[in-house]
Amino acid sequence: MGLLEVKDVNKRFGGLQALGNVNLSVAEQTVHAIIGPNGAGKSTLLNCLVGKLIPDTGSVMFDGQSVLGRTPFEINQMGISRVFQTPEIFGDLTVMENMLIPCFAKRDGSFALHGIRSVVSEGELRDQAEQMLEDVNMLDKRNMHSASMSRGDKRRLEMAMCLVQNPKLLLLDEPTAGMARADTNNTIDLLKEIKEKRNITIAIIEHDMHVVFSLAERITVLAQGTPLVEDTPENIKGHPKVKEAYLGEAA
Amino acid sequence: MFGLDKKDGSLLLIVTALVIFAPFLLNPFPEGSALAQFNAGYPDLMQRFVIFGIFAIGFNILFGLTGYLSFGHAAFLGVGSYAAMWMFKLFGMNVLPALALSMIMSALFAVVIGYVSLRRSGIYFSILTLAFAMMSYALAYSVLATDMDGPTQQGLLQKGLTGGETGLQLTLQDPRILGAQTTADGNIPVPTLFGLEMRSATELVLGDWVFTFSAGYYFSAVVMLIAFYLSIRIFRSPFGMVLRSIKSNQQRLTYTGMNPRPYMLAAFVISGMYAGLAGGLMAAMDPLAGPERMFWTASGEVVLMTILGGVGTLIGPVLGAGAIKYMENIISKINSDILHSWFAFLPDGLEDFIVAIIYPFIGKGWHLTLGIIFMLVVIFLPGGLVQGGQKLAALFRRKKQEDTKSATTEPAE
Repeated sequence: MGLLEVKDVNKRFGGLQALGNVNLSVAEQTVHAIIGPNGAGKSTLLNCLVGKLIPDTGSVMFDGQSVLGRTPFEINQMGISRVFQTPEIFGDLTVMENMLIPCFAKRDGSFALHGIRSVVSEGELRDQAEQMLEDVNMLDKRNMHSASMSRGDKRRLEMAMCLVQNPKLLLLDEPTAGMARADTNNTIDLLKEIKEKRNITIAIIEHDMHVVFSLAERITVLAQGTPLVEDTPENIKGHPKVKEAYLGEAA
Repeated sequence: MFGLDKKDGSLLLIVTALVIFAPFLLNPFPEGSALAQFNAGYPDLMQRFVIFGIFAIGFNILFGLTGYLSFGHAAFLGVGSYAAMWMFKLFGMNVLPALALSMIMSALFAVVIGYVSLRRSGIYFSILTLAFAMMSYALAYSVLATDMDGPTQQGLLQKGLTGGETGLQLTLQDPRILGAQTTADGNIPVPTLFGLEMRSATELVLGDWVFTFSAGYYFSAVVMLIAFYLSIRIFRSPFGMVLRSIKSNQQRLTYTGMNPRPYMLAAFVISGMYAGLAGGLMAAMDPLAGPERMFWTASGEVVLMTILGGVGTLIGPVLGAGAIKYMENIISKINSDILHSWFAFLPDGLEDFIVAIIYPFIGKGWHLTLGIIFMLVVIFLPGGLVQGGQKLAALFRRKKQEDTKSATTEPAE
């Protein structure tokens, strides 16, 4: 039984079958990559996992509980943190403030009315946030206005915001999309480090094969809304079905 | 100090000092001089400064932090006024219970209006709040102003809950079960704070200057300082930080495990209570509540105040409220005779010409002046008057640095 169990999930948008009978099992403490050509249904699947979309049929179980019908913030409280394709951070806030919001969410739940207490007095959470910033080498930027940072730093910050919550599962949606090679390699190193240090489960949706084969322990290939194969990276590399899906029938 | 850091603490001290010495600061010109009409140190206007300051501080908690532009905040102002008036009519003239009921009633209204309006964001939220405010206005103006006593009786509800167009007034027949129904000489009693009449004032004559210290003003000022202090605490709290993150990126906030809806509703209710408090104070200073207090222009005015002063800044809304109320009361009082006396030193033709140019901007045309100033501020100082102050301060600092630099380099030459 994996940490995340997706069973017979179907999702239809009008005449388009976006997901057809998707089954997926992400085992604990592995890096599981979901790859596939454009339009394969990767993003739809991800949105079904985080509560943005509700599948027409099927079930999504996380840690023994169903996530279906729950809102994104409830699913986050269950232990799933999501990193977006384009970094989503609080641009008007400083880096440190960006880090404190997930700390408050983790400690106080989805709503708490602490209107009089001062942010400055939250010593314990500030220590936590600083420790996390140090882990991603951003401690020197803690008082920076986060909107003025480079894209790579925003990505780093977003990951730190997710990790400071100690999620059981980290979902990454094309974390290196649109990045230069050097930034991509930095991100890979960062993810490897996270994996070694924290031993968390990571599910990653990715286009870039270089990233996938450097990180993943299991790979699921999606094509036209259905999983083609699920295997280790070594076996996926030479798999004829995968080549066909990516390069078309002629190959 | 009081759990504030040094910067906020000194801001609070400065505001406190300004508020205490306002009767002097706002009356810089001697009585009877040509400039005396620019004096704003009379109780009526000073009360309005601090009361609208409270209104704008509360509005800024919603608009400045979450970015949700409510266009119906005057509804809470009106609700607060009516609630305070009913407290005066039914129970007695003490202002504290009246203000308490003002805040409770406006909070209840804010929960309902906020719950519905916050289902939408952006322009739709603004329109929904505007619709609610105009419905409240219609209720106060006609629906709730019908005779509820029955045609044969002349009782408490003869003019309904709100009194309609003429507004809700105190009468000699009001029960006031916890206080005196009439004063010793048979008049309607006035609002008091444990016996201290709100309208009582003492005058201090220093040479040509006359300074007025009014109980009502100082009471409102204390309430305003408390409201200001609480707003600083809210701005610096985790709650305030979450509100700012709602403005910044609501999607990230939901995926970070927080539910924005109750946060926004809490902010909406808090700012509604500030407005209710301001409305209650208005009734306490002048026991009369009319429906025009809920009209959409009143809602628009607080938006102008906040933007003019500086959205999302601590002191901005108070400055904006002061600036607008000053113009409303001072510029509108200038008439063509005064203009002619100012420009009398010019040759006749030129005098008439200049007066003709300025005339549309004074008196009833003060809105024109306000409009121009508002446009200039929004275009050149998007951060409001606060940003203007910061720019000036930066300019002075640079000048000082240059002075010291040139002073140190001189000996070397």
